[in-house]
Amino acid sequence: MAGRGKLIAVIGDTVTGFLLGGIGELNKNRHSIFLVVEKDTTINEIEDTFRQFLNRDDIGIILINQYIAEMVRHTLDAHQRSIPAVLEIPSKEHPYDAAKDSILRRAKGMFMAEDLR
Amino acid sequence: MSGKDRIEIFPSRMAQTIMKARLKGAQTGRNLLKKKSDALTLRFRQILKKIIETKMLMGEVMREAAFSLAEAKFTAGDFSTTVIQNVNKAQVKIRAKKDNVAGVTLPVFEHYHEGTDSYELTGLARGGEQLAKLKRNYAKAVELLVELASLQTSFVTLDEAIKITNRRVNAIEHVIIPRIERTLAYIITELDEREREEFYRLKKIQEKKKIIKEKFEKELEQRRAAGEVMEPANLLAEEKDEDLLFE
Repeated sequence: MAGRGKLIAVIGDTVTGFLLGGIGELNKNRHSIFLVVEKDTTINEIEDTFRQFLNRDDIGIILINQYIAEMVRHTLDAHQRSIPAVLEIPSKEHPYDAAKDSILRRAKGMFMAEDLR
Repeated sequence: MSGKDRIEIFPSRMAQTIMKARLKGAQTGRNLLKKKSDALTLRFRQILKKIIETKMLMGEVMREAAFSLAEAKFTAGDFSTTVIQNVNKAQVKIRAKKDNVAGVTLPVFEHYHEGTDSYELTGLARGGEQLAKLKRNYAKAVELLVELASLQTSFVTLDEAIKITNRRVNAIEHVIIPRIERTLAYIITELDEREREEFYRLKKIQEKKKIIKEKFEKELEQRRAAGEVMEPANLLAEEKDEDLLFE
């Protein structure tokens, strides 16, 4: 289990930086590990790619911009497994908003607002 | 819920011993599970705090990385298409290791590098330094994100484990133990009642025997008074004993 490496997938609008960080990969079937989301990308496309990433077993983490996560919130919330881990990251225009993070919402009653400062 | 019955078992001394042992077992099990739940909750809170800290940190790191991206774009022009075209193998991959907390295995991500940087030649024309800085920033961001993902998965797994353990504790405390206690009480009452029944039965038989005996005695008296009864010869009551003479 420790020998098999898993990949990091990205769904977002500034994928370039992460690719330069070295996480991009194209496997044999020419399926890529990222999705560049622009203004004209439909929600269905995003959902489909997300579901595909979930079903692939070589992906360990999925990074998704928070405003995109908002659009497919229901699919995100339906994902209960621990792997792959879904991580919401802020984008350039939308800074991080802790109140919308689906993971933190599960533990909503457990921490006080001061901790979020 | 109609599960408020007792266990159907024939009441006997052995059944009582068995039930007592089972009650003890259930109580021990409940205490152990409670301890496990407490340990898990403690770890849960720690992880939650760490997650909040790391998320705040990540917000800043991402902002910095995005800023350096803008800088690099300004200097080197738009290289996004070249970058996307040049994707073939990932240098940074993650491994899933298992960590153990109070009997619950948590997945932990560990990142490792593999292979060479396929973007060595990007930015060779212009903006090379900004690009190098950008790569470093994003590499740092990726490391932080991997750590955050680890924390998040542990968080979710622990949440599930805590819910399950608490459910079990409550089940034992509010269903299993009362049921066993009721069974025990039932067995004890049944045994007591059986003893009382036995006692009563014995008493009744004794009384009956006494009555029969008294009746018999009375009859005997009556018959003796009427002279009908021949006392059998009593060897010990005779005073004179004629010698037996042989003719």
